[in-house]
Amino acid sequence: MHTRTLTQLAGDLRARRVSATELTRHFLDRIGRFDKTLNAFVTVTGEQALTQAAAADRRLAKSEATLLTGLPIAHKDIFCTSGVKTSCGSRMLDNFIAPYDATIVDRLQNAGAVMLGKTNMDEFAMGSSNETSFYGPVRNPWNPALVPGGSSGGSAAAVASRIAPAATGTDTGGSIRQPAALTGITGLKPTYGRVSRYGMIAFASSLDQAGTLTRTAEDSALLLEVMAGFDERDSTSLDEPVPRYSQLVNEPWDDITIGVPENFFDKGLDAGNAAAVRAALAELEKLGARLKSIELTHLHHSVPAYYVVAPAEASSNLSRFDGVRFGHRANPPFGDYQGARAGDDDLTTFYMRNRGEGFGAEVKRRILTGTYVLSAGYYDAYYLQAQKVRTLVSDDFARAFREVDVVAGPTTPSPAFGIGQKTSDPIEMYLNDIYTIAANLAGLPAMSLPCGFVRDLPVGLQLIAPPLAEARLLKVAHYFQKATDWHERVPQGYA
Amino acid sequence: MLGPDDIRRLCRLARLEITPAEMADVSAKLSSIVAMVGELQAVATDGVAPMAHPLDRPQRLRPDTVTEVDRHELYQQNAPLVERDLYLVPKVIE
Repeated sequence: MHTRTLTQLAGDLRARRVSATELTRHFLDRIGRFDKTLNAFVTVTGEQALTQAAAADRRLAKSEATLLTGLPIAHKDIFCTSGVKTSCGSRMLDNFIAPYDATIVDRLQNAGAVMLGKTNMDEFAMGSSNETSFYGPVRNPWNPALVPGGSSGGSAAAVASRIAPAATGTDTGGSIRQPAALTGITGLKPTYGRVSRYGMIAFASSLDQAGTLTRTAEDSALLLEVMAGFDERDSTSLDEPVPRYSQLVNEPWDDITIGVPENFFDKGLDAGNAAAVRAALAELEKLGARLKSIELTHLHHSVPAYYVVAPAEASSNLSRFDGVRFGHRANPPFGDYQGARAGDDDLTTFYMRNRGEGFGAEVKRRILTGTYVLSAGYYDAYYLQAQKVRTLVSDDFARAFREVDVVAGPTTPSPAFGIGQKTSDPIEMYLNDIYTIAANLAGLPAMSLPCGFVRDLPVGLQLIAPPLAEARLLKVAHYFQKATDWHERVPQGYA
Repeated sequence: MLGPDDIRRLCRLARLEITPAEMADVSAKLSSIVAMVGELQAVATDGVAPMAHPLDRPQRLRPDTVTEVDRHELYQQNAPLVERDLYLVPKVIE
């Protein structure tokens, strides 16, 4: 059962070849069997899943199935799930039971999906390796000594190891695409505003977007069709109609020109990755696409621009975690605080202590970076300048999309790296997102799909499209997946 | 280079305690991050408009009416300390 895609399983359920309860039990069993090694889940909601599956079976019996009835999925632990712990990978929220559902959780549940549990992630989605989680690193199913990428590392490892057929994720600088690439699955970050952010714990509000981690583009289309759409509870939600992605994905593509940014293939790109991506581009050309060299001149400025904008927004967003109304509160709760300075009032040390204990090292670094770039005297030099560079990066894409329909290149500079290998140097870790960050700065939809292997590890091909052109991305990806079998490779031991 | 005094100032602004044991690591790593983002200074941006947001449209407004119902009992189940429906914090007024 676990070798079937979400789309195939939807057909199996409708044809009554399998029941939702059997399917859910099967995946819960696999989680029980493999997750001790992988650490992909923070919380498994087995009982709730079986209740949802039983309800799905009743609907299936009455032929009242909706798009996702009975399909098990996992949610990144950044999405609020009513009555279920929502930790965001942080000690700060280790005791937090969400009092409401995120819009996408609600929508997926209303469409019939069964929630298997909540997946592990980098703390507050700040990381590219899933090593900053309070719950420990997630292991890559292709090699347990390696990271699965991040921040949606738990979701990626769960789908790659076939312990969940699909999962949700979020992408602020590459957090869906990079782990999808490193684990050999398909990841989609939609256009900024396409999917509601309500109930999704905020990291950098002008960059964050929810998306999917699936085995195929077809599966991604199925989930996106349910997740996308206007939500009055998110002030940045786009009030645009939602195309029938699950049907459009199968339509023939016509006359597609793919832009290839030659500066993506610079010396920072592993030669093996470069070869796999070039071969994928040649395959797309064989399938009828025209390739055209382009320049995204400001690509190399996107990392520093991002590391001003994202921490600035994070320092503001994370100020809500103070240990007063919810979240971690340090002991002793009142009285003297170690490290208190003369002149500190009790409330200031109280906040400092709660936050100092509740947040991990990477989150602290980003809050402090954000505080620095926004502090008096530095605002123009850093924050305003980064916003201007953001315009330049965005304009590069706008220019490119006057000539091409899709931009294609590598998702990551290298295959999965070792656990602990990059933790001592934050800059080296940040550079892992060099090819993914630009799409976030510009707010564009982007995907990563498996396109080959280097040293027995999966390589990702990235596709980027103009705003709201998700259907085009999915179509190209689906075409590629019909002609190749990279997305069907299963890590050893998980077949 | 951000030294201990700079870090302490930022920590107070951010209401974030770091321990003496963390200081050297925070100082070194924050300095390297600030140096990396400092590369932006060299980019020519004269006449370029800053981009705050990918959506080139004004923020939507909603009618100024109450839409939330009182759910404080549910919300306060997550609170570390509550007394008579009030969140407890250190005393700030003598």
